[in-house]
Amino acid sequence: MIQLFAFYLFATVVIASAAMVIFARNPVHSVMWLILAFFNAAGLMLLAGAEFIAMLLVIVYVGAVAVLFLFVVMMLDIDFAELRAGFVRYLPLGALVAIILAAELVFAVGAWSAGGIDLASRAAPVVSDKSNIQQIGELLYTRYIFLFEAAGIVLLVAMIGAIVLTHRHRGGVRIQNISAQNRRRPQDATRLVDPGVGQGMEL
Amino acid sequence: MTETFISWGMDPDWAWGVATVAGILLIALPLMLSVAMIIYADRKIWAAMALRRGPNVVGPFGLLQSFADGLKVFLQETIIPSGANRGLFLIAPIITFTVALMAWAVIPFNSGAILADINVGLLYILAISSLGVYGVILSGWASNSKYPFFSAMRASAQMISYEVSIGFILIGVVLFADSFNMNEIVKAQQGHGLGIVNAFGFNLLLFPLAVMFLISSLAETARAPFDLTEAESELVAGYQTEYSSMSFALFWLGEYANVLLMCSLNAILFWGGWLPPLDWAPLYAVPGIIWLFAKILFFFFVFSWVKATVPRYRYDQLMRLGWKVFLPISLLWIFLISGYLMLTRYS
Repeated sequence: MIQLFAFYLFATVVIASAAMVIFARNPVHSVMWLILAFFNAAGLMLLAGAEFIAMLLVIVYVGAVAVLFLFVVMMLDIDFAELRAGFVRYLPLGALVAIILAAELVFAVGAWSAGGIDLASRAAPVVSDKSNIQQIGELLYTRYIFLFEAAGIVLLVAMIGAIVLTHRHRGGVRIQNISAQNRRRPQDATRLVDPGVGQGMEL
Repeated sequence: MTETFISWGMDPDWAWGVATVAGILLIALPLMLSVAMIIYADRKIWAAMALRRGPNVVGPFGLLQSFADGLKVFLQETIIPSGANRGLFLIAPIITFTVALMAWAVIPFNSGAILADINVGLLYILAISSLGVYGVILSGWASNSKYPFFSAMRASAQMISYEVSIGFILIGVVLFADSFNMNEIVKAQQGHGLGIVNAFGFNLLLFPLAVMFLISSLAETARAPFDLTEAESELVAGYQTEYSSMSFALFWLGEYANVLLMCSLNAILFWGGWLPPLDWAPLYAVPGIIWLFAKILFFFFVFSWVKATVPRYRYDQLMRLGWKVFLPISLLWIFLISGYLMLTRYS
């Protein structure tokens, strides 16, 4: 009873807030609606019993990705009038994408209900007495270990690529050397001089 | 608690609902009270270290000072700047406050005293604490004012940076405890140090992580010396500059509830949580919740101590500490710990 209520609550909010992402006039509001959608999708995952995926969704998407979205959107100086101007021009392309997506959804549901492919023989075995994290871990590190490592390498290459592309070496920048500063003692920095009268001092 | 309500002849669904609401109230109301008292304690400790008296007028020893302050902000007028984004301006403090309370759901107060005994307790805490940044960013942006915006930018970069190293530090704890469940993590610490000390912190492999976690939790809650988000010499009052009355008070309460949460995380993850410090039978006569509170209060004292004595970091130094010191060390430590466990526990 309470699961049913929670499911409809989460599902309604996901769809409504996903729609609001598009309809909101202010881009910052759009990102906020997107965050609400992520959050409720995590709720749906929880209802499906995938608590690990739900938590990852919140940590990665809400906690990191959406913060960066928000960061960028806040920094942008967006001209709303210009943003709205291209509506008619882009309408055919947008409609085409929407039709393709809808058709694919229909196909997917149709294929699923037809039950053509026997997925049971290919899908991962489910061991019900273990927690979510243990099940995923056992699969990732045994059956899918090479795919998992390949994904890791792709991410590493992407990270290095991003650093190489954005890194520029600037000359003449004074960089703080913390260990040198910490090693510095009073006798290295100060000098006690006792100049005679009228002699002045050499620096 | 659900069983108690069922035994009183309640329908199981209703019993679960009533028990959950009662549990939430049992955590949230004392938490609010202790936040009020901890603000007083913070000011007293800070004053004592500066050789001042601190609050001493309202009530005996000034004990009621926080309540007087609360009453004052409650009676003030809520001012919304004319250029502010009204909706987000009002939502931001609510987010901060709610998120600060939400994480307490998985904190174990005693072996059975936990609101949600979930398998992914530690991940839940990470997830919730990563939400805390929204209150700050939104308040900074919605205020439509320069200094709050600077502060919001600083806060978001700071919190994201330190969450990375906190995540790696927690992996070390999880590897040793073999569980993400908060209660299991506490139980794994029983007799961990030489068979008598109930703490991960006395493990030589985990002690550096405990120190890094303490420093990272200072940065995560934006306490001194990492309080660049509200550096009053540069940013007026940071993201809360434009706030007044209750909306300001919500930030205030949320901030201290977060500080308490971080103190209790330090106690639970590294120093044995509700277990007594030594694995010795007579010490178990004292209820676990008292040990936990003693540890939380000790860490709160450390937080205040640091606040009173350490000067503020510069922003680039803060980023350097997070990315160039804590991140490589905690990453290296994961390799060390997993290697050690592979050699000893899983071979």
